[in-house]
Amino acid sequence: MEPAAVAAAVRLAVQEAVRTLRSSEDGGTVLSALGRLQRFLGGTDAPALPDEQQEFARLHLATVLRCLVSRLSPAWLELLPAGQLEELWASFFLKGPADQAFLVLMESIEATEGPSFRLMKVAELLARFLGAGRLTAVLEGQCRQPQEPAFPLFQETLLARLVGLPDLLGNQLQRENLTIFLPQNYFPLLAKETARALGTVVDSLRGGSDCSVSFVSQVLGKACVQRRHKEVLGVLVPQLTVLTEGSCLWQRVCWRLLEQVPDRATEAVLTGLVEAVPGPEVLSRLLGNLVVKNKKAQFVMTRKLLFLQYRHKTQELRSLLGYLALDSQRRPMLVQVLKELLETWGSSSAIRHTPLEQQCYVSKAVLLGLGLLDEVELRASREELLASLMAGVSCRLDSSLPAARRLGMVVAEVASARIQPEGPPLKFQYQDDELSRELLALATPQPVGDSPSRTSLQAASAPAETPEKGALGDGAPQTQPQGSDSEPDSDDEFVPYDMSGDKELKSSKAPTYVRDCLEALSACEDWERWEAALRALEALVLRSPAATREVSVELTRALLHLEERTSVVGFDGLRQRALVAVTVTDPAPVAEYLTSQFYTLNYSLRQRMDILDVLTLAAQELSRPGRLRKAPQPSSPGPPSWPDNAPAPAWRAVVEERIRGKTRRFSRGSARSIPAGDPNSFSAVAGYFFFPLIQRFDRPLVTFDLLGDDHLVLGRLAHTLGALMYLAVNTGAAVAMGKALLEFVWALRFHSDAYVRQGLLTAVSAVLLSMPAQRLLEDLPDELLEVRSWLAGSESCSAGSRAVAQWIKCTWCKAQGLVRILV
Amino acid sequence: MAAPPPPSPDPQFVLRGTQSAVHALHFHSGAQGQGCPLLFSGSQNGLVHIWSLQTRRVLTTLDNHGGQCVTWLQTLPQGHQLLSQGQDLRLCLWDLTEGRNAVVDFVHLESMGFCRGSTLAMGQQRWTLAVPGKGTDEVQILEMPSKTSVCTLKPEADAKPGMPMCLELWQADSSSRPLLLVGYEDGSVALWDISQRKVCSRVACHTEPVMSLDFDSQKTRGVSGSAEKALAVWSLDEQQALQVCRTHEITNPGIADVKIRPDHRILATAGWDHRIRVFHWRTMKPLAVLAFHSAAIHCVAFANDGLLAAGSKDQRISVWSLYTQT
Repeated sequence: MEPAAVAAAVRLAVQEAVRTLRSSEDGGTVLSALGRLQRFLGGTDAPALPDEQQEFARLHLATVLRCLVSRLSPAWLELLPAGQLEELWASFFLKGPADQAFLVLMESIEATEGPSFRLMKVAELLARFLGAGRLTAVLEGQCRQPQEPAFPLFQETLLARLVGLPDLLGNQLQRENLTIFLPQNYFPLLAKETARALGTVVDSLRGGSDCSVSFVSQVLGKACVQRRHKEVLGVLVPQLTVLTEGSCLWQRVCWRLLEQVPDRATEAVLTGLVEAVPGPEVLSRLLGNLVVKNKKAQFVMTRKLLFLQYRHKTQELRSLLGYLALDSQRRPMLVQVLKELLETWGSSSAIRHTPLEQQCYVSKAVLLGLGLLDEVELRASREELLASLMAGVSCRLDSSLPAARRLGMVVAEVASARIQPEGPPLKFQYQDDELSRELLALATPQPVGDSPSRTSLQAASAPAETPEKGALGDGAPQTQPQGSDSEPDSDDEFVPYDMSGDKELKSSKAPTYVRDCLEALSACEDWERWEAALRALEALVLRSPAATREVSVELTRALLHLEERTSVVGFDGLRQRALVAVTVTDPAPVAEYLTSQFYTLNYSLRQRMDILDVLTLAAQELSRPGRLRKAPQPSSPGPPSWPDNAPAPAWRAVVEERIRGKTRRFSRGSARSIPAGDPNSFSAVAGYFFFPLIQRFDRPLVTFDLLGDDHLVLGRLAHTLGALMYLAVNTGAAVAMGKALLEFVWALRFHSDAYVRQGLLTAVSAVLLSMPAQRLLEDLPDELLEVRSWLAGSESCSAGSRAVAQWIKCTWCKAQGLVRILV
Repeated sequence: MAAPPPPSPDPQFVLRGTQSAVHALHFHSGAQGQGCPLLFSGSQNGLVHIWSLQTRRVLTTLDNHGGQCVTWLQTLPQGHQLLSQGQDLRLCLWDLTEGRNAVVDFVHLESMGFCRGSTLAMGQQRWTLAVPGKGTDEVQILEMPSKTSVCTLKPEADAKPGMPMCLELWQADSSSRPLLLVGYEDGSVALWDISQRKVCSRVACHTEPVMSLDFDSQKTRGVSGSAEKALAVWSLDEQQALQVCRTHEITNPGIADVKIRPDHRILATAGWDHRIRVFHWRTMKPLAVLAFHSAAIHCVAFANDGLLAAGSKDQRISVWSLYTQT
């Protein structure tokens, strides 16, 4: 038959049937019209000719389907008994060409307003459509090389509908939504169907026909851009991992799939992929040499993920760098990346301006990268790497943030051992923490291409080894006790006596007077006496305040200059507690002395910082309510100095129990009295602590330049001033102190060191907390406005952690609240 | 397991009245008619006191060391004869039969150190005596009572172990060859074969001078204490080679004396830290730390019935009864 004739015949038949469907209310007529249409879909007893079927699918199917949807109503469905009509109706959508059916369904869902019978029916049908795996057919249809060039607008619509399905359904159905349309269910389904569609593609490629995966790439890209990469790639990647193993064709399809992802989606897809793959080998299998071919991919993989973001886990970093290392074409890129990483790591500006988390991230990347380089590559770029490394180490060791210092030490140790294995090893003293252990673990070079099958093998073999070890371990101690052979075991019933009193013996007696202590500490060659004096001093000072006042300044001088000449356990704590006790006993002269010493020559930074600590602690003690009534407790855990302290509670409990047993009480009230109010002892002396410290910070000495190199001390000073300000709450001097402190902050507000800025922030917070709001508003309106603007500025550029940013925000809110009252 | 350990015991009784630091102690059981055990004590002022453990009083005082410290006391197995070694460079042999207290003989010593001698019975009337010799690193062996010098044990020229600090003569059950254990100043313990006059074995047990040692010939295991914070337990194998089994850390440095109880079940140490420590000999499990004295303890001694005595610089002698009922 002529094509034109076929077209005419089909058009005629369809038009007639559609007219019948539109108008007829009679079941039999509708059934026969549907039967006539069904012939064109095939699968019936007397199907239409293939030409006719194609013509129908191409031109008329959409019209028929739309008509069917429009007729949908409870009355119409009941034209025939037992849901027969509904079944027939559904079969048009489920059996015909999938893409058109899908589009018509989506279109009608979109067009229907509000929950209605028709909407629910169509949604249920869509759920059946998805459940029957028709999405595969939709995707396959787009992969198959079409006989005529694809209509871009059609593909575009289909793409939007495929990816936007959960949103659309959610909006339309509201609370009636079906579970299959929820994104967490739909996207895994989509991924599964994608994998099946790719399977068909591979099969037809094997069969010799051409296929294109660009539509699937677009679907993948769009889903990832919509941040559904976890759901999609979480399903797709494991399947592809299995399928690509050992099949070149699958690998080619996979590479092609990722190559054809549109540029704007590359980042989303690659990031998702790096997160989803179990290791570098899989990533390499799935991606191929994409980074070499595609500029955008190269940018994402070698710059964005490494330098511009820092949220990825170590495992992801390992995959990424391992991927670069796995192919000879990509290795130059790895070397280049590593050099850049180390350069960033060593740049002093980066250290000052990037958050610590990012520095950790870069450090991990550096260590991982170093682990992947081989000897030849290392040797080739040793000088360059070492130079960057050393620059970074020295910058970090100068930093006043302990975490940054430690990071520098750990990376320096590990990286230098790797770069220069034959040189003398670098060794720093630092305390282990989680981060340092993790970094050290990264240093051990991993065998490249650690496939999951191999790791699972290792995991399986590991438990088999442990019992042997256990058996060995059990066997060893059995040989240990000697002479157990023929010995009767009756000796074992010797019960040991209490040996808790077995302590280190101190031969010299502790001094009993404060003056004795002073003498022993200042000029003594008898180290045991010296140590005993140091240990006894705090208690003596607290016990005899009058005697202490006579010699307080001398005692302070002696303590301040005390050096740890013998290794006394807890020396720093003892010295500090003694100093605090002296300061508390005689605050004014001692504080005067200490603050004056803070700005003199010939002290070490350590001593200056000790002065600051002592002043803070003493102020804290002085301002503690109720301190006069309660005996002060030794605050920090030192070595237990009185061994006979321990049994006391036991007898006391016994005595109290006995008293309670023999005492009759007539009323049962709370035995405790309400703590009475006390004057704040710090109030009278706050000025002695505060003002001498704040006065001279800008006058450098030969050995001590607060505004220069000694910014660590400056940071401590700012913290101390803030603490003193805070402790002086409700005192008369608070207003004057606050004013001075805000000036201090103003002078230093753009300091380059993060620790100093933190200190200033403490100070500002303390001012806002301690000064009465009214005084702030009346006396310091300009300063307050300035502080507010500084805080607003520093919030945006807080190079520290998030906690600091949060803190700035809180302080700013408080300042803002005050300013609002002011304006 | 939950039961708390019993509180640290008190001494059974305390002997006071030496008027001077006690440097040597020795139990003697059944000297006069089986019934009356005695305790000999030697003190800084040169006196030897003989205590009755029944009345807990001094029976007799012996004075023949010219006011110089008495460092070692030992009764001879034959009966009522006592050896006392003093810093006046004399070793006196006392006859105590039937209440007598006369010096019957003395040996002139040639070393000023605190090294105590050691005796070993060789026959019915003959016994061997080991004392520090003339040279600083020598040990002299004498045949007694004839006072014949048998030999002088001098270490090889390149060994340089320093002075001998403590001596222990013994003889294996299977052989008749007397052996001598010497603790040296450099912290090593050496085993001498006297008949061949050579060192069988030497092992470094301590880093400080060995102050005292005792040897259990049944288990061929010995223990030594030094100026450092550890006790060393060493053993002797069939090839007569010494080896250190283990060291046991203690809280304070300095062990002046160490003794194994005659039934080989516990051992006691005299500490410079004023404390007596008692250990289980086989396992070296610490059993007790006896804090009674107020000054360094110089010597400990065990009686055959298990009684323990300790003499201290605080001029007191404490007597303890620990783990004796079993």
